[in-house]
Amino acid sequence: MAAVQETIDQVRQIDVDQYKYGFETIIEVDKAPKGLSEDIIRFISAKKQEPEWMLEWRLDAYQRWLTMEEPTWARVDYPKIDFNELYYYAAPKNMTGPSSLEEVDPELLRVYEKLGIPLQEQEMLAGVQKPRVAVDAVFDSVSVVTTFKKELQKAGVIFMSISEAIREHPELIKQYLGSVVPTTDNYYATLNAAVFTDGSFVFVPKGVRCPMELSTYFRINEKNTGQFERTLIIAEEGAYVSYLEGCTAPQRDENQLHAAVVELVALDDAEIKYSTVQNWYPGDAQGKGGIYNFVTKRGDCRGHRSKISWTQVETGSAITWKYPSCILRGDDSRGEFYSIAVSNGYQQIDSGTKMIHLGKNTSSRIISKGISAGRSNNTYRGQVSIHRRAENARNFTNCDSLLIGDKCGAHTVPYIEVKNASAQVEHEATTSKISDDQKFYVMQRGIPEEEAIALIVNGFVKDVIQELPMEFAVEAQKLIGISLEGSVG
Amino acid sequence: MLEIKNLHARIAEDGTEIIRGLNLTVKAGEVAAIMGPNGSGKSTLSYILSGREDYEVTEGDILYNGESILDLDPAERASKGIFLAFQYPVEIPGVATMQFLKVAMNEQRKARGEEELTTPDFIRRVKEAAAELKIDPAMLRRPLNVGFSGGEKKRAEILQMALLEPKLCILDETDSGLDIDALKIVADGVNALKSPDRAVIVITHYQRLLEYIVPDTVHVLYKGQVIRSGDKDLALELEANGYADIIGKAA
Ligand SMILES: Nc1ncnc2c1ncn2[C@@H]1O[C@H](COP(=O)(O)OP(=O)(O)OP(=O)(O)O)[C@@H](O)[C@H]1O
Ligand SMILES: [Mg+2]
Repeated sequence: MAAVQETIDQVRQIDVDQYKYGFETIIEVDKAPKGLSEDIIRFISAKKQEPEWMLEWRLDAYQRWLTMEEPTWARVDYPKIDFNELYYYAAPKNMTGPSSLEEVDPELLRVYEKLGIPLQEQEMLAGVQKPRVAVDAVFDSVSVVTTFKKELQKAGVIFMSISEAIREHPELIKQYLGSVVPTTDNYYATLNAAVFTDGSFVFVPKGVRCPMELSTYFRINEKNTGQFERTLIIAEEGAYVSYLEGCTAPQRDENQLHAAVVELVALDDAEIKYSTVQNWYPGDAQGKGGIYNFVTKRGDCRGHRSKISWTQVETGSAITWKYPSCILRGDDSRGEFYSIAVSNGYQQIDSGTKMIHLGKNTSSRIISKGISAGRSNNTYRGQVSIHRRAENARNFTNCDSLLIGDKCGAHTVPYIEVKNASAQVEHEATTSKISDDQKFYVMQRGIPEEEAIALIVNGFVKDVIQELPMEFAVEAQKLIGISLEGSVG
Repeated sequence: MLEIKNLHARIAEDGTEIIRGLNLTVKAGEVAAIMGPNGSGKSTLSYILSGREDYEVTEGDILYNGESILDLDPAERASKGIFLAFQYPVEIPGVATMQFLKVAMNEQRKARGEEELTTPDFIRRVKEAAAELKIDPAMLRRPLNVGFSGGEKKRAEILQMALLEPKLCILDETDSGLDIDALKIVADGVNALKSPDRAVIVITHYQRLLEYIVPDTVHVLYKGQVIRSGDKDLALELEANGYADIIGKAA
């Protein structure tokens, strides 16, 4: 209720071209020279003080990448990226890794404050009512700080930047890194393996329920700098963790590249809930600028009765290419995908999921809500594949698209592949427009046009909003309202 | 309060004229009934009064409290106090009735420069109004009009009207689909709203509703015009003889 109200207020405050998070921070940076080469990879690895094996891993991936072609099957259209025109490493000066809060440049802390991301543990503790969230803040290529580390340690949970984990927990990294998304997986994932700069690492040991929400906040600040983060989350037997990811970038005329890899591993009876509110800069009303978001996210339900759930709210980026997926390997494991993808202006979204059923009695559920406005294009691309041995597998898919105006497009591309006769696969898809009847009815009660649309859209996405952690649900509703503004008329 | 002068209006899309030189005056405190055969333009008139875009006014004017409202959009007219209880209320999936009521009430308050309602105050008002109309509170948690029975939809319209406290209430066949008890409850709800500064336009086909909500004036609409006006006896006459006589005389 309040959220709708806030959406309304927010929409009032900002107009079409004012992306709220579009400010740039002037901070002294340490940058690698432009371009991509073995030397650059050595540079990144050295900056991170990585062990030799990690460097080898990166160089292997790089060699592989050189032989690969950029994929073209997605319904997105953009000029060819010149990978040698990008910077692959940028860090605030004198920062090579996460430090304690006291050591962080106050200017940086102010950035996160402005973004509404709490990094001061005391402040967070002071708000007794508020649920506490531990944050890993990544600024361009490095993790700036990770909060609540000590308290998490007490519970046995490891939450730190991946760079740190490579130094401090090499055994876990060697065992799990690339075990879900191999370095050879796809063009962007392979590139990421070669040049990833930072990201989060989470390890929840056997039987532990992580005592608070974990969250990473990504911020691209430097011009022409690619952000290649790498996140790895492991939940051992019976463990539970809920993880949130948020992101923003300044407004720029040029397009910026973001190519992340996220790997999740759930062992027997473990559960991982991964939520994203993606709000990278979408470009201006004419379609200039914006982030290219090419992301590989995959969860491996490796253990029996394990569960992985992806929830995403995609409102930003000029181009989104993203398919958070689940490999349902363990018997009785379950994968879920809940998605809201909002496109406006000239945004292009090609997103969906893959549910790969390998184990017996595996089940998956896909709920996708696409909203297209302006001149945008919004494609749901999903694959459900039931393998030969996946006895009694079940899938339910529901894809709804909502169109606002008549210059946008919505597309649904489901692939279903069933190799076991006991499978039950259900697919529902609808495409609708906000009807004039609905708009008139809502406005007749005194609700102005933009608020009326925000209200109807928030109703449309409610099933997915409910899956988000409370604090994120409010944020997400606001974002949806903001990203649709200027969509009427 | 409401003065419709020589109104001509057509469907924006294809130019078909529906309202053809309609005149009607409704005073504050008055209950006016509009009757007329199917397709005569009653619902269209109610849409045009509340600002629906699908219709274009080509001639004439609508004055509300002395001012033309033709340039106002539906939300602006609503916040000035015009309320339409729909003949066919629209489903709004995913939006709980409670939530919808709160947004609507607060938007109207905002437009009038009043403070937003506090949550307890809001809940108290809704509970009271719902109880008056014998609406089950569980229904308020459901998405607005989705899966509501015909009668429940009509009651939900009157609930909204009671909470929004409009000045000009237009009821488009609110009686259709209501059982006998519900008709009484809804009529009581409307009568409770009657006041010297409020006007009610009741569109109906049946005398029965007018026994409960007694009209001061009755108008017969035919082919987009008011062809006859009278007092409550006119409705009885129609009930007894149908429209043929009146239409014949007017022609
Ligand atoms: N958008 C529209 N497109 C096409 N025809 C329309 C439209 N709106 C109204 N009409 C036509 O205008 C005429 C008047 O319709 P309206 O709904 O106002 O009648 P009514 O008096 O309310 O009838 P009823 O008693 O059946 O409710 C009808 O012939 C109807 O078909
Ligand atoms: Mg009608």
